[in-house]
Amino acid sequence: MIGVGKMKQYSNVLDKPLTKGKQEVSLSAFAFLFSELVQYNQTQVDNIGELERRLEDAGYAVGARVLELLCHREKGNRRETRLLGILSFVHSTVWKVLFGKVADSLEKGTEHEDEYMISEKELLVNKFISIPKDMGTFNCGAFVAGIVRGVLDSAGFPAVVTAHFVPMEGQQRPRTTILIKFAEEVLRREARLG
Amino acid sequence: MAPVAPRSGDAIFANIERVNAELFTLTYGAIVRQLLTDLEEVEEVNKQLDQMGYNIGIRLVDEFLAKSNVSRCVDFRETTDVIAKVGFKMFLGVTASVTNWDAEGTCCSIVLEDNPLVDFVELPDTCQGLYYCNILSGVIRGALDMVSMKTEVTWLRDVLRGDDVFELQVKLLKQVPEEYPYKDDE
Repeated sequence: MIGVGKMKQYSNVLDKPLTKGKQEVSLSAFAFLFSELVQYNQTQVDNIGELERRLEDAGYAVGARVLELLCHREKGNRRETRLLGILSFVHSTVWKVLFGKVADSLEKGTEHEDEYMISEKELLVNKFISIPKDMGTFNCGAFVAGIVRGVLDSAGFPAVVTAHFVPMEGQQRPRTTILIKFAEEVLRREARLG
Repeated sequence: MAPVAPRSGDAIFANIERVNAELFTLTYGAIVRQLLTDLEEVEEVNKQLDQMGYNIGIRLVDEFLAKSNVSRCVDFRETTDVIAKVGFKMFLGVTASVTNWDAEGTCCSIVLEDNPLVDFVELPDTCQGLYYCNILSGVIRGALDMVSMKTEVTWLRDVLRGDDVFELQVKLLKQVPEEYPYKDDE
């Protein structure tokens, strides 16, 4: 039969049907790839701050695309306009799609109005990584912080997002917290919307 | 102890931890984008991707051998068969096929129809010389290097350049006999 078994050729990648998002690769394939990303960036920078920034930039690109993909596929092209809406979108939908589970917790900062924290006991990207002592507070979770910043920025909620280790009693490995600090304009807009 | 039978690619894939392919795809895209920004020359990016793949391959082969329980491959034919059926399935979740054997049995093509690295990707006109999936050729080269086979891996067909499948040509250059790192009489 003619045409059976041959993939239909699309001249434009935008014409291809969107995948359902159910395809999977092995965790080790991702871990190897991520380690190469970190190793490559280590050769390109002189200090930890630069390295974190580069990982964050890589994550930012991923985040922007994830938002577009998920908005189209999961939410039927509806846009979040409220702060809590976008935060719960990141905490549940984005985390579920990227890491297979919702984030462990979403908290509002007590000291500052504009700070929120998403915590995870063990970030997927940090699973096989151990930070040498001389790299201090470096956290490869900067990649995930970049993803979150990409999602928030593209959704119209500019923020500064960073990743921190928070040591927990009784646990050997520290918990990772993604700290989100929203820009002034976001809070003003949120106040106006009531 | 009875020898453990080699497991099929599907069985292994079902048993290992998996992540969403889109995270993988988007991360790879971020890497390629970073390389293009830093290196600017398409040839340089191809080489860097190959090198990164090589670094991955030399470590990946250990995990592959540990998880798949394949017995020692008798010849190159079996090796490439195992790579295509078990290796690709185990790590990328897709099956490849092996075709185009030459007369001596040292050169073949691995054909991939599905490739999780290239979802959502289109090559712009400025990057026409880019082998987007060059990391795969490095991985295969690195993995085979660690099992004493020097190979050359090149792309024959690339979907991003208009072909209908991905085709990698794997050529065995020579089989390096294993050497002890020390001399017996020292």
